[in-house]
Formats: sequence, C-alpha cells, structure tokens
Amino acid sequence: MKSILGREIPDDIEGYGRVTPFQGAVADVGIKTRTAVKVTSVNPNHQKLLPNLEEALDKLNITDGMTISFHHHLRNGDFVLNKVLEGLAARGVKDLTVAASSIFPIHAPLVEHIENGVVTGIVSNYISGPVAQAISKGKLKKPAIMQTHGGRARAIESGDLHIDVAFIAAPTADTYGNINGVCGKAACGSLGYAVADAEYADRTIAITDHLVPYPAYPIEISQVFIDYVVQIDSIGDPKGIVSGTTKITKDPVALIIAKRAAEVIKASGLVQEGMSFQTGAGGTSLAVAAELKKIMQQEGVRGSFASGGITGYLVEMLEEGLFRALFDVQCFDLKAIESYRDNPTHQFMSASMYGNPHTKGAVVNNLDIMILGATEIDTEFNVNVTTGSDGVIMGGSGGHSDTAAGSKLSIVVTNLMKARLPIIKDKVMTITTPGESIDVVVTERGIAVNPRRADLLEKLKMTRLPLMTIHELKQLAEKITGVPKAIETSEKIVAVVEYRDGRVIDVVRKVE
Amino acid sequence: MEKLRRTMLFMPGNNPGMLQDAAILGADSIILDLEDAVSLTEKDSARILVREAIKTIDYSQVEVVVRINPLDTEFGPQDVEVIARVKPDTLLIPKADEEEIRLVDKLLDNIEREEGYAAGSIKIIALIETALGLENVYNVIQASKRMVGVLLGGEDLTADLGIERTKEGEEIFYARNKVATVCRALKVDAIDTPFTDTNDYEGLEKDTAKAKGLGLTGKSAINPRQLDTIHSVFAPTEAELKHALRILDAMEEAEKEGKGCFSLDGKMIDAPVINRATCTVDQCIRLGLISGEGGAR
Repeated sequence: MKSILGREIPDDIEGYGRVTPFQGAVADVGIKTRTAVKVTSVNPNHQKLLPNLEEALDKLNITDGMTISFHHHLRNGDFVLNKVLEGLAARGVKDLTVAASSIFPIHAPLVEHIENGVVTGIVSNYISGPVAQAISKGKLKKPAIMQTHGGRARAIESGDLHIDVAFIAAPTADTYGNINGVCGKAACGSLGYAVADAEYADRTIAITDHLVPYPAYPIEISQVFIDYVVQIDSIGDPKGIVSGTTKITKDPVALIIAKRAAEVIKASGLVQEGMSFQTGAGGTSLAVAAELKKIMQQEGVRGSFASGGITGYLVEMLEEGLFRALFDVQCFDLKAIESYRDNPTHQFMSASMYGNPHTKGAVVNNLDIMILGATEIDTEFNVNVTTGSDGVIMGGSGGHSDTAAGSKLSIVVTNLMKARLPIIKDKVMTITTPGESIDVVVTERGIAVNPRRADLLEKLKMTRLPLMTIHELKQLAEKITGVPKAIETSEKIVAVVEYRDGRVIDVVRKVE
Repeated sequence: MEKLRRTMLFMPGNNPGMLQDAAILGADSIILDLEDAVSLTEKDSARILVREAIKTIDYSQVEVVVRINPLDTEFGPQDVEVIARVKPDTLLIPKADEEEIRLVDKLLDNIEREEGYAAGSIKIIALIETALGLENVYNVIQASKRMVGVLLGGEDLTADLGIERTKEGEEIFYARNKVATVCRALKVDAIDTPFTDTNDYEGLEKDTAKAKGLGLTGKSAINPRQLDTIHSVFAPTEAELKHALRILDAMEEAEKEGKGCFSLDGKMIDAPVINRATCTVDQCIRLGLISGEGGAR
C-alpha cells in the first residue's frame, strides 16, 4: 500500500506482522487501554539480593523467544547489555528480542549474537554503530523496530511491546530494589527511560555496582517494581556515560544558524512570560539556547520550563532564573546530574510523561519551542534522522517525532550542506518525523517556513531574515553540490519505523 | 549607495571550506588572503583556489577583497595577473608605498582593458604596516584613483618600529590618529588593525571603541566570532539615531520657516552638527535600521 506520505509499505511484513500505516500526527487519540501487569508478590521475609550475575541469570530462567529490555542512560559507557547477553549466549538461549531504548557503538558484541541467532529481534529508539550497520546489512532475522521515546513507553504500557525481563542498570540500588541514578561511580542522573520497563515487565532485576543499605535515597524507581537485585564490579564507564561539560560550538556557521533560529523564535512572538523550550545537546542546538538566553534577558522574560535531555547549559539558565523548572528525562553532563540531585525545581520525568501520546497529556504538549536536528529534509518538510547519506541506519527518532508533534513551534536547525552533500532532498531516504509537525527549517543560507504555517510566515516577513521556499533552499544547495545519485536499496526490509502512536511511518530497506 | 566597511574579515586563501562559507558569516567585506595565511609552498595553489572561488561562489552580498603578496616578491605580480581577471571588488596591497600602488594601478588598467571591464572598476585598499608607509600615507592614497581605503596593520608596524605590541594598543595611538585623519581628509575608509585575542570579547569591544573614538571607520577581524562585537560598536546607538533624526526634523522645520540657524533643546545647531546627524542617519539607512524614506522617521 502507499501511505499518506507516499511511501510504499507492504500490508504485512515478515517478522513484524500486520502493518497499520501512519495516518497523521494526531490521528490516533481517544480511549486507550493499558495492559495488565504480571506481578510476583512476595512474603515479608523474601530476599531480593542475588549473589552474582550468573546466579541471577540462572534464576531468571530466560528461554528462547523472550524479550529482554535495557535502558540507555549509561549510553556509550554501558556494560550491562553486553554482560547479560554474554551470559545468556553461554546458556544457549536463542531467538531473543532485545528491547533497548537506545543502542550505541559500545554494544558491538551484539553483532555476534545477531549472527549466531541468539538475538533475532531488536526494538529501539536510536541505534548507532556496528549494530546499526549489521541491521542495515540484513543480518538481523526479523526487521528491527524503530520507535520514539514516547512511542516506546506507549508500546510497553499498551502491551504492544511485552517485556519478559527488564534488566535495569542502577548506578545506586539498595538490597530491596530502590534505585537512583544520582549516586555511585556510574551516576547518570535521571532514569526516565527505565520507568516503563520497571513498571510493566513480567520480571525486573536491578544490576548495580553501588549497593547501599536499605533504604537508598533518593528513590527514582521503587522497590515495588523490582524482583531482584544483583551487584557486579562495574555497570559502566563514566567516560562514555556523561561528558564533563557540554560546550557551545565555536563553529562560525553553526553560530549563524543558531542566531537565525533565535531570531525566528523572537519573531514568532513566543518569547514571553511562561515560555517553554527544548533543545538537544549537539553543537548548533545548544548554541540556539545561548542565543535565546540573550533574547530572554533583553526582553526580561522568565520561562516556565525547559525539558528533555538536560545539559549544564540549561541548568545555568535555570539557576539564572530564566526558567522556573526543568523536566529531565536524561542528564547529559555532570553539571546536570548535580543539579538534578540537589535542586528540587530540576524535576524528573519518565519517557511516558515526556512524550507518550496515549496518556492524559505528555510534557511535549506543553512545549512552545523545540529545536531539532536533521540528517535530511524533503520538500514536504519530512525529516530523516534514522538513516545516513549512505542509507545505513545511524540514529533514530529518540524524542524527535514526539517533540515535533507536541510543540507549538518546531525548528529544524541544520547546515544547508554537510560535507559534499545537500541536506534538502525531493524525498528523504527514511521518514522519521512527518513534515506536518515541522514548522521551519533554518540554515546558514536561508530559512524556509512550512506552507502549513502561513501565520508564522507572515510574522517572519516583518523581519530581515533570509526567507525562501524549501524548493529555493534546495536549489541553492544543489547549485553548489549538484544532485547526488539516489542510494540503491533492495526489497528486503531491515527495519520498521513506527510513529509515536505505533503506526508505521516508513521502512528501512537493505542497502546494496 | 556604497556599502559599508565596518568589518573586513580575513579568510585564508588555501581553505576551500572557509572560502565556501565566507560570504555568509556577516562581514561587510571578506579578505581572501594569499599573503601571510599561505605558506610559500602553497602560494600557487591558493591563488588558483581563490580565483576559482571568485568565479564560482556567490559573493554578491559582500565586498570581495583579495590580499595579494607584496609586489617585490615573485608572487605579487602573478597574484594581480590571475586574480584581477576574475574581477574581485578590491585588492588589498601589503606594505604599500606609492610606487607599488602605481604599479598595481597600471597592471589593473591593462587587465581591465583586455577583459572589457569598466576602467577603474577594481578598487584598491592600501595596507599600511611600515613606518615609511605610515608617514607617507597621504601620498599612498593619492597614488591611485582606485583607492577606497587604508587598513592599518598594527602587528607589522610595531615590528618595524621595534616596539612591543600590546592589548591596550597605546603604541599605535599615533598611527591610528594619522590614518584616521588622512583618510577623512581624502574621503576614504580607515580600517583598524585586527584584535588578535579571539576569545577576549571585552578586550575587542574596548579596542574597537578606541579605534572608533579616534575616527577609524571600520575594523578588520581574524575570526567570524569577532564580527558582532565590532558591528555593535560601529552601529549608531538608538539614542544617537533618535537625536540625529530630531536634528534633521528641526532643520526641515527651520528651513520651512526660512530660519537660517536654529536651536534644539536650547543648543545652537550649526553645520557640523547637521553633518554629523546626516552621517548617522545615512549609516542607519545603509544598515537597514530605518528605511530611506522620510516617512519612516
């Protein structure tokens, strides 16, 4: 069938099942049902602490075909996923589905488990590195399922994604399963992406390298959700977990893009008392925060909140009184962890509270301004952050689609050309976020407003910003780069891209 | 109306990525450098690269200036020969003296004739960076009708003087005065030396304000991140603009009433004050801060 975005998507995908195609960013609201949870209740004298990981894996009795889950708060420093898979492979378990909220280059050993049939399915919101390459080469038996941060929480809560065992890396845990991410040598701050796993998995185990006497404090994930606790030497390498400080780029082109984006925000009229804002930790995104800060200071405006993955820069803005509060699903640097631990206005949010479309209201719905990146954008404003210029998986939505859909003003900031390639295409290789939720594209050479936002265009026309149509912007890039040949793919589907409501927005095919 | 030269940004002539983005960084002028930024082994390739960049890249939003090598080296005359044929807006002549300027002027005459370009269309800016050049700056400017400005090179000048170059810049006080005064007299732009600490914005602001206070009309930059600071110093303040507009309004009023001289807020307004107000408003129009039509006041 052809989706409403013009994508050719089969009705049925082998290894995935029946496809419900994407029908619009807000096509699926109304009464929703959450799945029932299996809880193994315990007697008062029950001991949760197991002596070591080996015995824990024996006790969990994981069998062929099960789904096991992991959170990605330890990012590229995570040891837990690899250790668990190694143990399960040694036990001869096959046909596992790994539902990890994100997968990073450190998870390279997963490739061998994919090749050996230990792992045949992957569900994730962001995949980069060797695992992504292996999937794109068609090594994984079933198509990988690419979700969004809010979509993953939705899938778990609805039962679409059933987790047999959740392995929860815990920077700090007590003997009865209370967990936090703010203490311990692998401290990562907020554990927002682990909440749905803990609440909905059949069984959960906290894996920690910082076991403290009962009770741990603060408690982010409570004992009522945790079946077992086990201590290991190290759950992760702090160097890969957080950066010391997140710095604003010095790249002059990125700074121009950031300044323009801030001018767009100002012209939109959204810089006002109580405004809310989210941006990424990347160079240009963070520079937008710096430019916006200047404008907020000039105008004497105090915002209500900033949200998302939190960096030290947003913490500074909080401390300087530019926002009343932060919503933190994940901390990106040490400063953010410290603030999250010590400052009560720096608040926790789960992935579900952050972006799940099937709740009674996610934080993204209250977002005024969202700054997004893009690998490619097409003339319909559809954005790809899933596959790279070579057609290989190199990322995924994360919170991209969630925040784009929820925010009043979503701005894509990007260089018009990256290396030798134009960023604006007639058709993006993979649609991650639909054009209907992208309002404006800001590049160093011009700004294109989505024609759906005629109101915004009128406001921007009052400024001296270099406005052009998305087609003109595309031509401008192609004048310099030429038009690159399209990537050739085979028919084989290696990944299914689910929109936040679980409907299929696109598929990724095997690269030839 | 001629474009402003508040900022002239040096860009190395041997870096394709930077040449590609040079026009969009916000500088009024870009100086594509074939001299100090380029090592001896890359002189020829950089010259070709800059030529191709000017031919290919859309620089219509900025003034394209090429700093050539000194004419007494083997590279200088070749730079003029190759670069002038693709018609940059301006050539920046290092260690300029009268003789060099006359020589470049003549070379450009020939090239413009051969290529069918309007005579005198390629302009010249003299880089004053020797004691002799500084003392002779009046004659240097007079040496060619193409001359549109002087750029003061503080680093080389202080080296030539055998004195220390400091952040405070007291040692170039005289040079700045001299360049500013002569340029004003001959109605060409006076561009200040760059501020070399690219991370010290406060120092840059002070240094720029000092130059502006002495009558220099613009400043060169060695990093795009310096541009905003320099622009903000050279832009008239809102208060200055409002005051200038009030003076011009009062003048119109006085003219209507047939008054020869008039006062505003109890102060006598005479020709120099009116000239200054006209300059301020003129600059604001050029910067797009106000529209050129009277109604926009």
